[in-house]
Amino acid sequence: MSIFNISSQVFLGQLTIGLVNGCFYAMLSLGLAIIFGLLNMINFAHGALYMLGAFAAWFGLVTFGVSYWCALLLSPLIVGLFAAIVERFFLRRLEGLDHLYGLLFTFGLALALEGIVLDIYGSAGLSYAPPSQLRGLLDLGFMRLPLYRAWVVAVSLAVCFGVWFLIERTRYGSYLRAGTEDAHLAQALGINVPLLITLTYGFGAGLAAFAGVLAAPIYQVHPLMGSNLLIIAFAVVVIGGLGSTLGAIVTGLALGVIEGLTKVFYPEASSTAVFIIMAFVLLLRPAGLFGQETA
Amino acid sequence: MTVTSAKPILSRDLSGVRQVISVNDLHAFYGESHVLHGVSFTIREGEVLTLLGRNGGGRSTIIRSIMGLVDRRRGSIEILGHETISAAPFQIARLGVGYCPEERGIFATLSCEENLKLPPIVDDKGMTLEKIYELFPNLAARRRTLGTQLSGGEQQMLAIARILRTGARILMLDEISEGLAPAIVDSLSVTVTTLRDLGYTILMVEQNWDFAAPIADRFSIIERGRIVMELETADLEKNVSAVNHYLGV
Amino acid sequence: MIVERILFVLLAILGVLAPFTGIYALFLMKCMAFGIFAVAFNFFTGYIGLLSIGHAAFFGMGAYFSGYAIKNWGVTAEIALLLGMLLAAALGWIFGKIAIRRRGIYFAMITLALAQMVYFFCVQAPFTGAEDGLQRIPRGKLFGIIDLNNEFVMYYFIFVLLIATIWFVRYLISSPFGQVLKAIRDNESRAISLGYDVQHYKLIAFVISAALAGLAGGLKAMTLSLAALNDVHWKMSGEVILMCLLGGLGTAIGPVVGAVVVVLLQTELAGVGVVSLGPISFDLSTKIPILIGVIFMLCVLLFRKGIVGEVMHYFEIQPRTQVHPPFDEKTT
Repeated sequence: MSIFNISSQVFLGQLTIGLVNGCFYAMLSLGLAIIFGLLNMINFAHGALYMLGAFAAWFGLVTFGVSYWCALLLSPLIVGLFAAIVERFFLRRLEGLDHLYGLLFTFGLALALEGIVLDIYGSAGLSYAPPSQLRGLLDLGFMRLPLYRAWVVAVSLAVCFGVWFLIERTRYGSYLRAGTEDAHLAQALGINVPLLITLTYGFGAGLAAFAGVLAAPIYQVHPLMGSNLLIIAFAVVVIGGLGSTLGAIVTGLALGVIEGLTKVFYPEASSTAVFIIMAFVLLLRPAGLFGQETA
Repeated sequence: MTVTSAKPILSRDLSGVRQVISVNDLHAFYGESHVLHGVSFTIREGEVLTLLGRNGGGRSTIIRSIMGLVDRRRGSIEILGHETISAAPFQIARLGVGYCPEERGIFATLSCEENLKLPPIVDDKGMTLEKIYELFPNLAARRRTLGTQLSGGEQQMLAIARILRTGARILMLDEISEGLAPAIVDSLSVTVTTLRDLGYTILMVEQNWDFAAPIADRFSIIERGRIVMELETADLEKNVSAVNHYLGV
Repeated sequence: MIVERILFVLLAILGVLAPFTGIYALFLMKCMAFGIFAVAFNFFTGYIGLLSIGHAAFFGMGAYFSGYAIKNWGVTAEIALLLGMLLAAALGWIFGKIAIRRRGIYFAMITLALAQMVYFFCVQAPFTGAEDGLQRIPRGKLFGIIDLNNEFVMYYFIFVLLIATIWFVRYLISSPFGQVLKAIRDNESRAISLGYDVQHYKLIAFVISAALAGLAGGLKAMTLSLAALNDVHWKMSGEVILMCLLGGLGTAIGPVVGAVVVVLLQTELAGVGVVSLGPISFDLSTKIPILIGVIFMLCVLLFRKGIVGEVMHYFEIQPRTQVHPPFDEKTT
């Protein structure tokens, strides 16, 4: 069977890859959106934190024999803690200033972090094998899907949904939404907003690191894995609208799929597809698809 | 706004009661603007102090300064014996100070009930959710409505209700009767009177004379960031023309 | 602005005398080319206060196009540079049209994403030479007669252009056009209510900034005989931001100072190579990105006025009435 002269195997294969990519776009843009909502700042270090998550997993495995499953838990905790410390002692000093300084600081942080890892491990990719339980193929009848990729999709969707639920339906989420809407007022009502900010930044970083561990067995672990992804994540949040958590998730997934499909039919444009869509969306809907017109 | 004295005005003896708020030589700044110049006053427990004055004179700024919401403060603000001039707003709130801002401050993206449960409990003497819904049945009916969809009166009720839930005993009410229909203002008046009778300490900024007069123990008139006149409610009759001079346009 | 004028004159004198000091000529020329780039960036971001993270697109495309024109079409030097500027300006117009309506952070991210598109285009386009870049770019002859292969001549050519660029930007700022830009920066809604088409003004400023960045790129390509993917990478956009931040955003010559410092740092560190402290040896040349990152962070935390900004602050008795560092403290 073939669709437009492309074999269904190729088609479904690219669709899967697109969906998997989309999961990473979604998770990274979700973290970016949450951090932007509360801290009003673009976290340029987000890609580097994702990369640190992957590296921590690799390092743990190679040095201490830490399993993939432990890494999924430990890596986000370690990276999250690191990020919380950075927020508490550095980003907090920038609070009263124009938000662009936060962007510039995290830009410098990203450069430094990537530079350190690059210096220690070089630019060649390091491989990280998926855990034994997740190797092999899943036979779905119409296609054979690598088990690990199915796992990634399932976990990402679960995590995205979990985060959405946390924000929209829980107590912590109401603090976050209130703080995002009006941080001063939330403080005046007794909410420890500075602590909330530190924890949220750490949480966003942990989410990025979690994605990094998930990514390690698929894309090789290398120092620049974050920067390439980050720029696409930026485009995703611009398209989806910076204020919206749901927008980040949906847009990330959709764009991953669209990118995958573009690779099938028009491969040369695949790396720029996301940006072209972004340009179009901006011309038609400046606030993004789900965004509120606050910028 | 002009003062007409025709309503019965209350007079209580609060001497000997401890001070809960003590403001001394308070200066406040918005950026480079020096907006409060050496304001000093005290409030005793259970007392109701109303700040009067023309718009822009600094009344709301005094409340915001006590809450720690201005850019810079200098001087001394003691709340329940604790010096709070360098404290963060949330620390001040947790001492037991409940704030009802001028804009009401209801979060648009939270539901009515979420707004109600948002401020952390600061004292176990706060009202339970059931009791609040008993006192404010409107809010119970609208508990799932989003903040922005509530009417002005409902928002004002919500702003007060959420403070009552926390157990805060010192209330900062900034223009709560503003922009509301007379019927709602009346029920608001009943609510605040009840709170006063329950022993809450209240600092109010009010434009509506008829609303403030029956409730307040004392008045301070603020002009250009300074207190220009202070009087007990009982002395109001004798000073009507002076007060009107300060409040006149 | 006496201090600024003195600094400018100092810079000019240093520039005139530099070739005689024995400092490596290519290094000086590279400093100046990046100086022009930084001045171009500063004109938009420093004076108007909108952060652009995509300026590398203009710089790099200017480099590629000028290089290509002079190498493959054999045009004279000034034509090549003009062509590079035109392409950069056109690109600036397109970017601007898409991004200019948005504020602050959105604008920054859009410029970044658009520049990334340009990067991907350059990776794939045949004429850029991909990883190897466009090599062996000749300098050609200025106006067909002046041979730019002579180091002295090339140096003074770039020097004159640098001075001209600084002067031109200064002129723009103090012109009626510049006054409107300042009004827009200080209070956009008021400018709109006065009847100014603010988007139009911002767009023009952006295009001018892009064109000058393209000029810098072309000069860089001719100086070093190379136009490469690095020139359009977002790290280059980051570097020019650092140059201006370090030197002094919103000052007239701060960008040039910052450019010199950054180029100096990179050259020195790459040159020093391995350093030994007892048993431990560092290869400093690979640490450059780390150092750049750390300097960036330190600047943002502690040194926002930049070198020239601090100097001016030190000498200024009254508050500056002219342009001040854009992203000012406490913008609500």
